[in-house]
Amino acid sequence: MSLLQLESVSKRFGALTVADEISFSVGEGEALGIIGPNGAGKSTLFNLITGNIAADRGTIRFGGADVTRAPPMARCLYGMGRTFQIPQPFEKLTVFENLLVAGSFGAQRSEAGAYDRCAGILADTGLLDKANVPAGRLSLLQRKRLELARALATEPRLLLLDEIAGGLTEAECRALVATIRAIHAKGVAVIWIEHVLHALTSVVERLLVLNFGRVIGIGAPTDIMASRNVREIYLGIEV
Amino acid sequence: MSFIDTIVQGVLLGSLYALFAAGLSLVFGIMRLVNLAHGDLIVLAAFLLLVLVTGLGLHPFLAALVAAPLMFGAGWALQYVLLNRTLGKDVLPPLLVTFGLSIVIQNSLLEGFSADSRRISAGALETASIGFGPVTVGFMPLLGFLSAVAVIVGLNLLIYRSAIGRAFRATSDDAVTAGLMGIRPQRIFAMATGLAMVVVTIAALYLGTRANFDPTAGPARLIYAFEAVIIGGLGSLWGTLAGGVILGVAQTLGAAVNPEWQILAGHLAFLAVLLIKPRGLFPRAVD
Repeated sequence: MSLLQLESVSKRFGALTVADEISFSVGEGEALGIIGPNGAGKSTLFNLITGNIAADRGTIRFGGADVTRAPPMARCLYGMGRTFQIPQPFEKLTVFENLLVAGSFGAQRSEAGAYDRCAGILADTGLLDKANVPAGRLSLLQRKRLELARALATEPRLLLLDEIAGGLTEAECRALVATIRAIHAKGVAVIWIEHVLHALTSVVERLLVLNFGRVIGIGAPTDIMASRNVREIYLGIEV
Repeated sequence: MSFIDTIVQGVLLGSLYALFAAGLSLVFGIMRLVNLAHGDLIVLAAFLLLVLVTGLGLHPFLAALVAAPLMFGAGWALQYVLLNRTLGKDVLPPLLVTFGLSIVIQNSLLEGFSADSRRISAGALETASIGFGPVTVGFMPLLGFLSAVAVIVGLNLLIYRSAIGRAFRATSDDAVTAGLMGIRPQRIFAMATGLAMVVVTIAALYLGTRANFDPTAGPARLIYAFEAVIIGGLGSLWGTLAGGVILGVAQTLGAAVNPEWQILAGHLAFLAVLLIKPRGLFPRAVD
């Protein structure tokens, strides 16, 4: 049975259709990549999945339950973790406190349990030496790592990553990919929006291509990248 | 000697203002909600204490213990049912609704208790005093000062050392992202107002045993609370205590020169701080 299932999910902002009859599913422990040109509705799709935007039509199921009308906090408790394209740390809280909030509320851990778990995540994401720094003072890479660490602290079954590798150097990107692979290896399902294709394809099993809010292809990365339609729309290559 | 005495009395009076202000500061800090009914809620709590003391014959301190959970519940419900609906990008709805609430509370109290001035009797404690060398300090004002310090220490511990406090700060920082971390902002806000009402109950205990109050006494308490918060700097609870103390000392100094100048001296001190340090003496919040 699939972990996340979208059935004909649609959303319009006035005359603009940002999600047009989107249907796909992600299995337990699977990794799915999402690509598409800017403005294709990728982040909007994440907002629909996490509940920050309500769908006009269609159903979203998560872990067998219908969450189409559930608020974001309920979806977090069901096991959805999410990172933002533009990191949104709680700037006045320290890095460790950012994680503790996620651990105490998102994962419903006791104070002591949250401390241990969050310290472990800080180590895994390479933020241990920044634990007591206010999050507002972090560099871009550190903020991206914090986004990931905080999402992990909610102990998700499904991790939604929004362009987390964008703007990083090659070495930083490699280190981040290694971290994400390790998370995925532990059985966490991942949906990853990314423009950095080689990073994406080194992790995901399937690719979904979005254009004008519509799914125009889903399948194995090699098949998708070979598709004429995708190459024209996404890569802008005349073939 | 009378100068030192004046200062000490000012500090004690100021700590009462800090108690008025702490709840206001807490609510504003977490949800950027300016509660114009805050002073009336203090007076409401004082009448609740009065009823418990005269009706049930409870000692004022015991009455405060009974009233605190009731006020917490009332604050929780007020925020969850009414004030949460007013929060948003526009700052006007919460101002209008709490202003309306202020009028409703004042008139309900007038209907129920008439316009007579009341006082909560604390028995022998009212006149008890302790001598410190040349200065003699009333027992109740001293207890009020210690309570104000305890409230500030307690709130600081709660906000900076507990899971609920981190949730307060995270929600204050970014309520949408807090939702994604499994926090229900509406409940966090309700909890904060509930907590503010517990502080309001403590403030009401010392207001009611120290001076006379009547149903229309709220707005003046609100002004003192505002001035204490602004003098201290937004977002700093210790600053709020300092702000209250500065206000109290200015008032007793003014009164020492001429009794008619008490209130005016307090407002002048407030204006002076605004002129010299517009963001308050110990600003914490950057926004």
